[in-house]
Amino acid sequence: MLIKTDNITKDYVDDGLVTPALHGVSFEVNEGEFLAVMGSSGSGKSTLMHIIGFLDKLTSGKYIFDDQDTSNFDDDQLAEIRNRKVGFIFQSYNLLPRTSVLDNVLLPTIYTPHLNKKEVEKKALNLLDKVKLSERINHNPNQLSGGEQQRVAIVRALINQSRLILADEPTGNLDSKSGQEVMEILQDLNKEGHTILMVTHEKYVAECARRIMVLRDGEIISDNKVNKQRLAKDGIEK
Amino acid sequence: MYFLSTIKLSFRNLALQKSRSFLTMLGIIIGVAAVISIMSVGASAQDLLLAQVRAMGSNLVGILPGASDEAGPPAAMYGIEITTLKHEDGLAIEKLPHITAVSSYINGRGTISYLSESKDYNYMGVSEDYTLVEDTKVNSGRFFRQDEIDSLSRVVVLGSKVKEKLFGDDDPLNKRIKISQVSFKVIGVMEERGVVAFQNQDEQVFVPIKTVQKLLLGVNHLAFIRAKIDKEENIDLAISQIKNTIRFRHNIEDPIKDDFSIRSTDQTLDILGTITQALKMFLAAVAAISLIVGGIGIMNIMFVSVNERTREIGLRKAIGARRKNILIQFLIESSIMTLIGGLIGIVMGILIAWVITIGVNYFGYDWKFIVTPLSVFISTLMAISVGLLFGLWPANRASKLNPIQALRHE
Repeated sequence: MLIKTDNITKDYVDDGLVTPALHGVSFEVNEGEFLAVMGSSGSGKSTLMHIIGFLDKLTSGKYIFDDQDTSNFDDDQLAEIRNRKVGFIFQSYNLLPRTSVLDNVLLPTIYTPHLNKKEVEKKALNLLDKVKLSERINHNPNQLSGGEQQRVAIVRALINQSRLILADEPTGNLDSKSGQEVMEILQDLNKEGHTILMVTHEKYVAECARRIMVLRDGEIISDNKVNKQRLAKDGIEK
Repeated sequence: MYFLSTIKLSFRNLALQKSRSFLTMLGIIIGVAAVISIMSVGASAQDLLLAQVRAMGSNLVGILPGASDEAGPPAAMYGIEITTLKHEDGLAIEKLPHITAVSSYINGRGTISYLSESKDYNYMGVSEDYTLVEDTKVNSGRFFRQDEIDSLSRVVVLGSKVKEKLFGDDDPLNKRIKISQVSFKVIGVMEERGVVAFQNQDEQVFVPIKTVQKLLLGVNHLAFIRAKIDKEENIDLAISQIKNTIRFRHNIEDPIKDDFSIRSTDQTLDILGTITQALKMFLAAVAAISLIVGGIGIMNIMFVSVNERTREIGLRKAIGARRKNILIQFLIESSIMTLIGGLIGIVMGILIAWVITIGVNYFGYDWKFIVTPLSVFISTLMAISVGLLFGLWPANRASKLNPIQALRHE
């Protein structure tokens, strides 16, 4: 069991006004799963992803990650667990501008000082080769296509051997061909044993996962295995 | 590894905005250069002032006409002419113990001519012991004797520049020159002495005191008297003896009614030293204000930088940067700016001080090039603390950003 949440709630407080975003969410994710979280805007799926990714603190409930109760972690503990155990993939890639592909990939390792510099660099080059970017290691992000940038972001998410890959609308800004490439890579990674939690509002993207969870108004309304996983290499379309 | 790569990163961020970084540094550069050059100029000016006074000779006391407060300037400074001090006072002082030499002084200005050459110069009426009092000597010929003073002889000793102007390479001895239409025989030429007490000693001529009083000026009084004391520890004793002698001669019973005042060069050095020290500190403080202004410039740019890079900060936090990582990154960035600015400022400040030295020396003053390690140390320290201090606020704000909101920032 990698993730186990027990009755998580999250309230946003603004100027004394309490806005509940999650009302008691409980679910489990096993190692090696590929879970898609769906829901319309305001359903709480982003909030849930932020809590699962340790970017935000929960209001009440219990969140056990990798056999550790993280419910009461302080800011530094959260930063450390984000650094060592979680890899993020964002809709808008969030690569550092005017910074080479290689340096972008190595960014998380700056905050993991005990790593051997040569080894992580070798690993980064290997991973970049795997996503067909070895020709591009010294390019800056603005010289890359959207699909290439997202592939760089995927490698960045993998560099610290994360236990969980969190993808927030990873194909949202991409054309269908680049989106297909990205989903192929995610499916390959899942096959290799990586656990992936992906937030999306597109059904055909969600069907590339193996399990789909749907949120509405801060509650889980359905949570099912995908009967027939859509294979990205056969093409994804609307 | 983390620290090194952060420093590398900061350098790169600054290099990406070359002109902006440079303009920001300019405030620090100017501040540090101002502090260093002004402290240098202050030290040099102080040294020059004190050297000018010291060059008059050691163990000297000056007797000036008119009463004055110990701390304030003598009456002559205000352009008031007081006629109570006489050559005979000087002769009486000469007989006191501990006094090795005394000279009376009175000066005037007139046209000095030889054949077709003529120019306006100062002429100094002095006593025969002038060379002993002022620690100088004649280069050729001789200085005048006491009997030439008493007999109102028309003899003159030329300053080296005057000799050059009137005679060139010719031998001036025993030639006759005219001072304000009165004919004088040249008996000597002084050695070169340069500027002492802000008067170029080489551009004047020396005439027996009484000759100046009677033949050139038609007066009976003196501008001042200088006396040389045998040893430093006897100065105070000598001063009180001189006071008593003059009071007796001027029939003064109550010291409050003194019509003269006495200054020793030590005292003058003390007063000058205190004044110039205060001036130096004041100037440095003014210059330091520009450093603070430079620091505010740094703060400004760092705020802009934090704002521009909000998404970057959000991303860094998302992938595991702690608060202190972000704080250190921005602090290093502002410190690097001030440090580089400070180093350039030090070089500029030293250069400015050096150019000033060359300039002032060109005008004949012995202006020394003084850059103390202390001034370099102080300004570097100030630059770094300005960078840290003014960088702290923006860096702190950056470190407190919420990663989710920062990532959404457009």
